[in-house]
Amino acid sequence: MADKVLMKGNEALAEAAIMAGCRHYFGYPITPQTEVAAYLAKRMPKVGGTFLQAESEIAAINMVIGVASAGKRVMTSSSSPGISLKSEGLSYLAGCDLPALVVNVQRGGPGLGGIQPSQSDYFHATRGAGHGDFHMLVLAPASVQEMASLVFKGFDLADKYRMTTMILADGTIGQMMEPVSLDMGEVISYDKPWAVTGTGGKRTHNIVNSLSLLPEELEQWNIARYERYAQIEKDEVQYESFMTEDADIVCVAFGVAARVAKNAIVAARAKGIKAGLIRPITLWPFPKAALKKAAEKAKAFVSVELSMGQMIEDVELAIRCSRPVLLCSRVGGMIPTPEEVLSKIEEAQNAGRCE
Amino acid sequence: MTTNILISGFGGQGVLFTGKFLAYEGLIEEKEVTWLPSYGPEMRGGTCNCAVIISDDPIGSPLVTAPNVLIAMNTPSVDKFAGAVTPGGMLFYDSSLIDEKIEREDIKAFGVPATQMAADAGFPTLANMIVLGKLMKETGMFAPETIDKTLEKVVSARKRDLLELNKTAIKMGMEL
Repeated sequence: MADKVLMKGNEALAEAAIMAGCRHYFGYPITPQTEVAAYLAKRMPKVGGTFLQAESEIAAINMVIGVASAGKRVMTSSSSPGISLKSEGLSYLAGCDLPALVVNVQRGGPGLGGIQPSQSDYFHATRGAGHGDFHMLVLAPASVQEMASLVFKGFDLADKYRMTTMILADGTIGQMMEPVSLDMGEVISYDKPWAVTGTGGKRTHNIVNSLSLLPEELEQWNIARYERYAQIEKDEVQYESFMTEDADIVCVAFGVAARVAKNAIVAARAKGIKAGLIRPITLWPFPKAALKKAAEKAKAFVSVELSMGQMIEDVELAIRCSRPVLLCSRVGGMIPTPEEVLSKIEEAQNAGRCE
Repeated sequence: MTTNILISGFGGQGVLFTGKFLAYEGLIEEKEVTWLPSYGPEMRGGTCNCAVIISDDPIGSPLVTAPNVLIAMNTPSVDKFAGAVTPGGMLFYDSSLIDEKIEREDIKAFGVPATQMAADAGFPTLANMIVLGKLMKETGMFAPETIDKTLEKVVSARKRDLLELNKTAIKMGMEL
């Protein structure tokens, strides 16, 4: 405990990026993630890095593409409306097979929406971050400690698979302070023979590009990319199980919703209801196998989300709709109370009985 | 044991700082802690609040809807949150700014004329620390000898000159 410090989630995330060797950050202010930029504006010059406030989110993501092409660790961050603006760049990053880290500290939407916490960019992050066939690695922190550790891990995964890692946080986790240990371990460095770093007159040019006008070639690029994705779905799934061993009712929740669900589960257990939680840490790849296994024993599921019901589709797919899946959600910046989740768990207990 | 604390007042009254102090006290005493501010346009001159949870166990939700301990630094805070305090809970309020009678009889309410005391003592911005001193005394949550260590952590380098005054203000509250 002695080595722990109190930090805001947004600040812990920013410090972890520096510890991961990120020396280039491009951003544009937006609540509730502005602390990321403010922190890096102070820190980057001290470690010989570049902090640049771009003229827009679109400019920032294109600067990210530039640095990523040169093989350096690079990050941008924003909140929901700003992430929409970055979407074109996310597709280009995927098309060019470039590693980068993009942070979305979500707020209520759609449109300008509000500034309070939300998880309604789940579809965007896991399905539709831009045009074309592609995925991002999507990591969902539920504590300030994970804001740091998942950023550190996220840079590693991005380099390992030449992909964008998205940190899908929410306003609560970004704004709250908790004790955090910044002991992150060693940075693993990856060879990047594809990077455009100058040939020194000794090799042929590297080209970073997403354009191919030959359908046969473009098809092969897509297929190769999806072979990598299949490997990731096998090797990189992360989740936390909480009281699931004997659970009749399994809640599925990530980020701040998972924390509220834990309170509700403890309360449900006190009332004699066997409830548990599966908390996806990777939203893509989604912990399908863990849910499928839980469905062997569980009577019903409750998807707890700060959206109108987005992750619930992945829950239903993972368990092949073999059990009732109830939705417990608040939106627009509202967060469900533990009591609301508890009453949904009780409803699920009855729904499970009817099956 | 879990203590859910809500601190509420005007922007500028040190609401967030008070919360930060309590969170660091918890950290130093090796408890689990969370600190969550209200953020947004209401912070610019209007009311603001922050939730601090201090617990022996891992903390789930960082939100506080039913505080065991409420610090209310202005009248809107009493209006908004006094009703939410759990029965048997504690309310600490600045009685030099809050005239209204505390209706709840199932909670312990401590009025501290903090703004007046702070002004008389020559440090008008430290009313919050006087209330904090009273809270430390009445709750007995933290060992008084940790105060100096915590202040070292939470008072920023920029405000180093206020370190001793903060100690004095907390002491004034503890002696009430």
